[in-house]
Amino acid sequence: MFWINGFLNSFAFGAILFLLAVGFSLIFGLMRVANLAHGALFMLGGYIATSAVGLGFAGAVLVAGAACAVFGGILERTLIRRLAGRELAQVLGTLGLAFIIADQCLLVWSGDPIAQPAPEALRGAVGFGGIVFPAYRLALVALALVAFVGIWALVERTTLGARIRAAVDDREMARAMGIPVSRLFTTVFCLGAGLAGIGGALAAPIMSVYPGLDSEMLPLALLVVILGGIGSLTGALAGSLVIGLVYTFGQMLLPDLAYVILFLPMVVVLAVRPQGFFGRQAA
Amino acid sequence: MPSDAALSFSALNAFYGDSHILHDVSLEVAPGRILALLGRNGAGKTTCMNALAGLLTSRTGRILLNGRDISAFSPEAICRAGLALVPQGRRIFRSLSVEENLAVARCPRPPDGRVAWTDEDIYGLFPRLKERRRHPAGLMSGGEQQMLAIGRALVTAPRVLLMDEPTEGLAPQIVAEVGGIVGRLRAAGLSVILVEQHMAFALKLADEVVVISTGRVVDKAPASAFQADPARLEEHLGVH
Repeated sequence: MFWINGFLNSFAFGAILFLLAVGFSLIFGLMRVANLAHGALFMLGGYIATSAVGLGFAGAVLVAGAACAVFGGILERTLIRRLAGRELAQVLGTLGLAFIIADQCLLVWSGDPIAQPAPEALRGAVGFGGIVFPAYRLALVALALVAFVGIWALVERTTLGARIRAAVDDREMARAMGIPVSRLFTTVFCLGAGLAGIGGALAAPIMSVYPGLDSEMLPLALLVVILGGIGSLTGALAGSLVIGLVYTFGQMLLPDLAYVILFLPMVVVLAVRPQGFFGRQAA
Repeated sequence: MPSDAALSFSALNAFYGDSHILHDVSLEVAPGRILALLGRNGAGKTTCMNALAGLLTSRTGRILLNGRDISAFSPEAICRAGLALVPQGRRIFRSLSVEENLAVARCPRPPDGRVAWTDEDIYGLFPRLKERRRHPAGLMSGGEQQMLAIGRALVTAPRVLLMDEPTEGLAPQIVAEVGGIVGRLRAAGLSVILVEQHMAFALKLADEVVVISTGRVVDKAPASAFQADPARLEEHLGVH
């Protein structure tokens, strides 16, 4: 029972991590911007969902996602694109943004953790052959898989996705072929920010929302991306699963060493396979 | 400057950082004509092409495409206006399939009577691309990649095609095939500016020839004049 619950919790946490990390990874892969405000967008999504819960749970999640997508788009247009190609400015700029967002959240939603009830239909448990699973966590795993398939189809099966991949291959040549790379960047940034917001909103019922959630989640997203490979969708899924397992079991079995256990695989991967499980060798 | 030129540019200057590469280069190419731009390595030919395509932003001068001033356009706007680049080194999108390379560049409803090229039109020119349409472009041979680079430029529905060393590194048989295609494009009304190292290939195809040296135009004449007098090219291109 302990193990089965541990696995389910790991998968549910991995599902949340995937929604957070996949946007970070796509933004980094396409735009070469390490958006350190990504964790803050996740937290913002969680807070917005707690305030919008009057619309029903699904409505609150959608509102949070849409709000973060719009906000991310504005950030990209007004600030982040001005920092193109300047890594230090990007790190400082997006980290500064993360602080500002976190501070404004503190102002609006106060410093107390806010619990978000799971939607009524998923509050119960589902039994399979005598083993009982919390329905909400199962739903999270299913949602993450749906998101994975949806993003995969968008990137691999549509012209928009092919244009994104073309811009990753050779940005200058993509522009010379008439591809509006600047608009693609905004689209991808909106998508990533929206997914982070949805992730935060969906995480609220299992983690609640509290100050510091952003800086707790951001390093985990970085870990996922380093393990899975930058810009790789499959890598983001595999990395989320691994980090979800390591984090959950680390907390359960060796709480004192949770961070060592978490960051050790990253050190090993960086030393042995710096491009990550599914990353492409740098050109 | 006559207004019936497909592409004309005047007093084009281009810079890489502090170095001044192109000095007041002025050229024009009429509809359905091929202009060969020749010169030694480092003469500024590729710089000229990249400046026209908008990839080199550090430039001055006036560029008119079909009479429309595109000097201040972004690379994507230049392409949409009908000036397409077949770049040096091909630079096809390596992780995309052949089909996707064509799809991402396609201009589906080109304005002002420009010709829209369908996938089937491209496969008609290059049957080998059709066989390989689902292959990742980066795994194809150099000749196939060159065909794709030409096809990718054509689906943007250009009036004028900039071809930067399309025969570089290709087997003689493929070179001949590329030459045949360029001739057919001219017959279809396209104008071409062709940068070449391969002199015989360029002289055979071109209507006009312009020679540049250290970023300046040093000679300009119909291709037939250079063919009749090989010493004239040798003067600018020969190794001294």
